[in-house]
Amino acid sequence: MQMSVSPAKLRDGIGAPKEVPPTVLEKIQSFADERRSFWIVVSLTLLFASWEMAGRIPISFAFPTFLETLSAFGEMVADGSMHKAYLITLQPLVMGVLVSALVGIGLGVAMGLSDKAEWLLAPVFIVLQAAPMAALVPLVTFVYGIGLTAKTLAVIMLALPVIVLNSYKAVRHVNPSLVDMCRSFQGSRVQQIFKIIIPDASPVLFAGLRLGIAAGFIGVMLAELLITPTGIGDLITYHRSVANYAHMYAAVASIIAVSTLTLAGLQYVETHLLRPEKRRK
Amino acid sequence: MTLFGRRIPMMTSLIFWLLVWEIVGRLEVMFLIPPITSIVAAGLNLVQTASWQSASLITLRAFIYGMALAIVVGVPLGVLMGRVRVIDNIFGLWVNMFVSAPLSALVPILMILFGMGETTVVVTVFLFAVWIIVLDARAGVMQAPTSLIEMGRSYGASRWTIFTKIILLSALPEILAGIRIGLIRGVKGVVIGQILVSIIGYGELFELYSRSFDMERFWALTMLLFAAAMLLSAGVEHFEKRIEYYAGVR
Amino acid sequence: MANSALARSGSVKAASSNDAVVQVRDVCKNYGDIEALRGINLEFERGNLTTLLGPSGCGKTTLLKIIAGLVPATSGEIRVNGRAVTAPGPERAFVFQDFALMPWATVLRNIGFGLELKGVTAAERDRTARRYIEQVGLAGFEQKYPHELSGGMRQRVGIARAFAVNADVLLLDEPFSAVDEQNRRKFQEDLLRLVELEKKTFIFVTHSIEEAVYVSDRIVLLSPRPGRVSQIIDPMIDRTASPDDIRRDAVYLDVVEEIWQGLRQYAE
Repeated sequence: MQMSVSPAKLRDGIGAPKEVPPTVLEKIQSFADERRSFWIVVSLTLLFASWEMAGRIPISFAFPTFLETLSAFGEMVADGSMHKAYLITLQPLVMGVLVSALVGIGLGVAMGLSDKAEWLLAPVFIVLQAAPMAALVPLVTFVYGIGLTAKTLAVIMLALPVIVLNSYKAVRHVNPSLVDMCRSFQGSRVQQIFKIIIPDASPVLFAGLRLGIAAGFIGVMLAELLITPTGIGDLITYHRSVANYAHMYAAVASIIAVSTLTLAGLQYVETHLLRPEKRRK
Repeated sequence: MTLFGRRIPMMTSLIFWLLVWEIVGRLEVMFLIPPITSIVAAGLNLVQTASWQSASLITLRAFIYGMALAIVVGVPLGVLMGRVRVIDNIFGLWVNMFVSAPLSALVPILMILFGMGETTVVVTVFLFAVWIIVLDARAGVMQAPTSLIEMGRSYGASRWTIFTKIILLSALPEILAGIRIGLIRGVKGVVIGQILVSIIGYGELFELYSRSFDMERFWALTMLLFAAAMLLSAGVEHFEKRIEYYAGVR
Repeated sequence: MANSALARSGSVKAASSNDAVVQVRDVCKNYGDIEALRGINLEFERGNLTTLLGPSGCGKTTLLKIIAGLVPATSGEIRVNGRAVTAPGPERAFVFQDFALMPWATVLRNIGFGLELKGVTAAERDRTARRYIEQVGLAGFEQKYPHELSGGMRQRVGIARAFAVNADVLLLDEPFSAVDEQNRRKFQEDLLRLVELEKKTFIFVTHSIEEAVYVSDRIVLLSPRPGRVSQIIDPMIDRTASPDDIRRDAVYLDVVEEIWQGLRQYAE
């Protein structure tokens, strides 16, 4: 996440600068300015503390405390049910995202390069991205039953449009000066595509991929809750039915955490391995 | 695309796809895909039924409540995050996390907290829409041009005047962009919420039609939803363009 | 004209020369209903630096891109070494106003990119690239990325890349416009040295009168809407003098003044 570059100088700039020895608060402030992890810890602590308190009041009979949820999570990790669930949930997710990435980047790049492909496909994907595709999830069960294929398709239905449209926009927004440069050195069309267009489009391609993966997580959870309970969806459904709310919350929190960590990891890999110009300031 | 030297509008390809659909439907390749014409007929029939009208009303109401809540909470929070460093540092992590989190997994929790009814759907809409509204409002406030703020100060504007007349107004295009994306996400939220709750509004109708294999009505309902989502997005985009005349000069 | 003794003001039609590397014949360019260039006839001689100068909207960059083969002319033709051309070719190399460096590639790879596209082996193109890195004064920066360089250094990369393909004609589109004033002067001096050293034909686009007079053997003044050749000036400046003396030289100052008088009618 981006930490703020908040316009501090605007707030402080109105009064005349005064020379005062740093107070404890200011010392904490300067420490906080230097360390991003400080705020991550503060932020997490605050949320977990308010969760704990809300659970202790309790605001609802179905609202376990943070510590209860944490111990339920530990229990599920210890008895192996958590990682078994993830093995099942990740199958349609990974397959769906892979298919969406390959097909989506291919189609999107084709739409970016060819006016004919753009005319034929862009409107379809514009509609599909704006539309609530979740409504179509029940349909896939008619054709593909309740197995892995149906769930993979649900992931693809949610992930594909956003990947296609981002890849398409990425190619359309390639720096025209770089394309001219390649032409001026008599680069062939193939060289133009692989040496200029795709590298220059890759940040937006990756952004699309991240959005696609986020949509894929929504899709796989929808499929597991709607089609048949399996994997994490099964953990959620089962523990809900037996009123094991701490376990249910732990499963939900874990999938949100896994999705967040996956996306953050992808961003890290992207900036540190693929974009040398973003590595340092 | 141009054909015979004439520019063909991009959206015309949708007509081509509808034609393909009609042909596939007529050939009866799959029972899943009835011809467009019969879907349209079913749709015309559907909008006259009381069940559709009341379902639409429920859906619309949940959507409006959820969106209103998202805007009322999201815009001020985003503006605060853009202006106050500590708030930004504390909430930034969560907003960035939830904006791309699989919120569909959260719906079962909402169902037990808020019951199998409208409240759950309203909260789902809220959760789908609010984060992007926060992020865009924050970005808009933070991008307020320094030279404009310095201009205000050099002419002796008070902090409050600078905030309301310069910062908020210059953030308006971003705030609106956030609301537009929020609306699209809200539509997805209302559908996901209702499908998972499955006993109210469109969720109930989808459940009913898919159980009875009433494909014409299923598709008619889907297409009405898609059309509503597109119209909504186009409407806000149109409104945004009217604001853009001053956003363009920045 | 008072200055004509100092600077030979040529007629609109350029004198025909056997040594013309690039010939522009009756080139017109329309963008839809807008006429950007009308009836351009020019010849560019080997070993000379010619500047296309004019107010914004006179089509000087468009003309340069037509010569480069990046933009098609609506009518007329471009001949390079006697052959009509419509596309970019190995005998021409382009230097871009915004540098057009690949942000994901090192200085070394950027400079060798023209050779890379031609299929030259890695070892060979690195050798050539290193030679030009030396020439433009970027030794030690081979493994840096463009974002780590200043604007001036980036354009040195752009110029080295154009030199590395060993083209006869170098086309420079406002190459120093994104460079600050101090570096700009240094650049102009370096450019003169390179013209001397490389014996290539340079076609240079700028909107700075001083820059044009300082570096050019010949200045083509274009007038706007539609772009036409309005005047051709040969500054005839003694280039053996030191840079500072040239900038104080009476001939230099008079030519600058003469061009300004010709262009001031287009100022807003």
